[in-house]
Amino acid sequence: MSSQDKKTDGDKSFDASVNDVKKVLLESGIEVKPLYTREDMQDSEADQSIPGQYPFTRGIHPEMYRKRPFTIRQYAGFASPEETNKRFKFLIENGQTGLNVAFDLPTQCGFDSDDPRTLGEVGRVGMSVDTLDDFEIAFDGIDLDKITVSLTINGAAIVLMAMYFALAEKRGYDVKMLRGTAQNDILKEFIGRGTWIFPVDSSVKLVVDTVEYCANHVPKYSPVSVCGYHIRESGANPVQEMAYAFCIAKAYTDETLKRGVDIDEFASRLSFNFDIYGNLFEQIAKFRGGRRLWAKIIREDYNAKNDKSSWMRMIAGGGGGGLTKEQPENNIIRSAYYALISALSGTQTMALCSYDEAYTIPTEKAAELSLRTMQILIHEMGICDTVDPLGGSYYVEALTDRFETEIQEEMKTVEALGGIVEAVASGKIQEKVSHQAYDREKGIQTGEIPKVGVNMFQKDEDPKPVEFHPYNVDAANYQIEKLQRIKNDRNGEKVQSCLEKLREDCLQNVNLMPTVIEAVKAYVSVGEIIQVMKDVYGEYEEPIFF
Amino acid sequence: MKQMTILLSKPGLDGHDVGVKVLAYALKDAGFNVIYTGLRKSIEEIVAQAEVVNADMIGLSILSGTHLILCQRMQEVLDERGIAIPWLVGGNIPHGDKGAIEGFGAVAAFPTGTKVEEVITFLKEFQTE
Repeated sequence: MSSQDKKTDGDKSFDASVNDVKKVLLESGIEVKPLYTREDMQDSEADQSIPGQYPFTRGIHPEMYRKRPFTIRQYAGFASPEETNKRFKFLIENGQTGLNVAFDLPTQCGFDSDDPRTLGEVGRVGMSVDTLDDFEIAFDGIDLDKITVSLTINGAAIVLMAMYFALAEKRGYDVKMLRGTAQNDILKEFIGRGTWIFPVDSSVKLVVDTVEYCANHVPKYSPVSVCGYHIRESGANPVQEMAYAFCIAKAYTDETLKRGVDIDEFASRLSFNFDIYGNLFEQIAKFRGGRRLWAKIIREDYNAKNDKSSWMRMIAGGGGGGLTKEQPENNIIRSAYYALISALSGTQTMALCSYDEAYTIPTEKAAELSLRTMQILIHEMGICDTVDPLGGSYYVEALTDRFETEIQEEMKTVEALGGIVEAVASGKIQEKVSHQAYDREKGIQTGEIPKVGVNMFQKDEDPKPVEFHPYNVDAANYQIEKLQRIKNDRNGEKVQSCLEKLREDCLQNVNLMPTVIEAVKAYVSVGEIIQVMKDVYGEYEEPIFF
Repeated sequence: MKQMTILLSKPGLDGHDVGVKVLAYALKDAGFNVIYTGLRKSIEEIVAQAEVVNADMIGLSILSGTHLILCQRMQEVLDERGIAIPWLVGGNIPHGDKGAIEGFGAVAAFPTGTKVEEVITFLKEFQTE
């Protein structure tokens, strides 16, 4: 760094040019000094910050993990409802407190198993669900008030959430006691992951239907988990990850408020899903600064009275983006660091990618290693003993302050694009992050971004055994036959009247949730419900910017 | 030499599009004319668009594990319509499936982790042949 270079703010105590050390920029573009001292914390809010108290920089609970460690929630997807049921029972026996349901792509995109567009996809990347019958099988013998179930579903979320509530109602549970989470963050699907169905406005409307419904009827259920995770995996940097996620959460919040729901009736049920890879301190500051900023947004901009409303509750775990196909055993080490970062950041829930996930289906052994990594952290490392052990670190607190500011600035750039809904509909966000993904790829290929085993310390390796579950045509056919049988056995008149009512509700622009719940109870299929919505709302057309 | 037109596409329901977009930028920077279809296209739609834009090459990006089924369908549709546009595949391709994919008619199959430069070199050599 030459002496003519502009000094960064707060850069008073240490002159890098004098000490002749190389300039360090974080992925988010923030310059890091070689030394931080008390002076860097002079304007910081850190001194007054107490865990469990607004603005929650140091954690949302006063005792954090001393009282209860973070929840371990591993992603599990199995082809059929029958296999899923077996797997869930295994996980419960092994002490897992939360279940995570993965769905196959036809279910995620709102197609029934017998739709020709699902060629080769039924049951491939998760559980195939056509009707309520599939949920009845998957959750057979599982006590719904003893577990929390997380549904990884977005485009078709309203239907799958309705199924879960319908299942609980049919089994005689009070849905007011039902706990769990739906991913249900459609805006991020347009940026990354891609299981959108309807145009952007209608998609947001459906999310808001679920939020409004849950606020009034299923108050302990978290209807939306806003995903910075996939946005970062698509190329966003850590500041953008938080900023876009907050803009998205604000968009759902604004629309829910327009329905006349009080902020304190739903804000506490919104949660976040974030990504972890790259610089350890950058990630920790990202979460601490983000948590403080979100608290301020909810309390100051939305006038929330309840502290819980301003909690940034999160699931944060190892990001696939940091893992490599080269020397895959290194991913075990990376994931352990990611887990440490997550715990040091005060996460509520943790999930790790398996070390072999970058190139193949995770083996049982790899999945077990992820679980053990988190258990070792909880039980051997003393991570649960003291709240926010990094609090007060000159560097971490200075970086936390900086992140709060940077995220806020990035949110303003989204506002300048007309807000997140407009910025996503026009493809501007997608264009920005995908170009950054390209820049990052170039950086890795040139070695500018160091990656152990990829552009440094490489060794000759045999090609990795890439495996997929062999496509089980019999299982797919069984699913299709089951759907046919249900369609034959159900009350056809009731089905027709449910679909008519749904069409009418779509046209009248009322909350669709009650009608969808009635429809799934009558074994109307996912594809049938989504088709009616498509007839009214139309389908999303992807903006192409090449 | 004439600028080569490459049609990149995502067949099936797979939504993983980071890789294909990175490739699109890289090919554009390398001087190719790149057209990207977006997600969730049927093989029929892809072939039809390739004809409309007069593509010299079709690139399919598949990460969901559906590559064998979709690649077989790809050659079937090209044959049914009597179209001879060369095509290649990138994505989560097990080493053992490379032969099968080339057997269906693909000119190449690039597994994830392939350096972008390798694809560019392949395309340039393919064009000169």
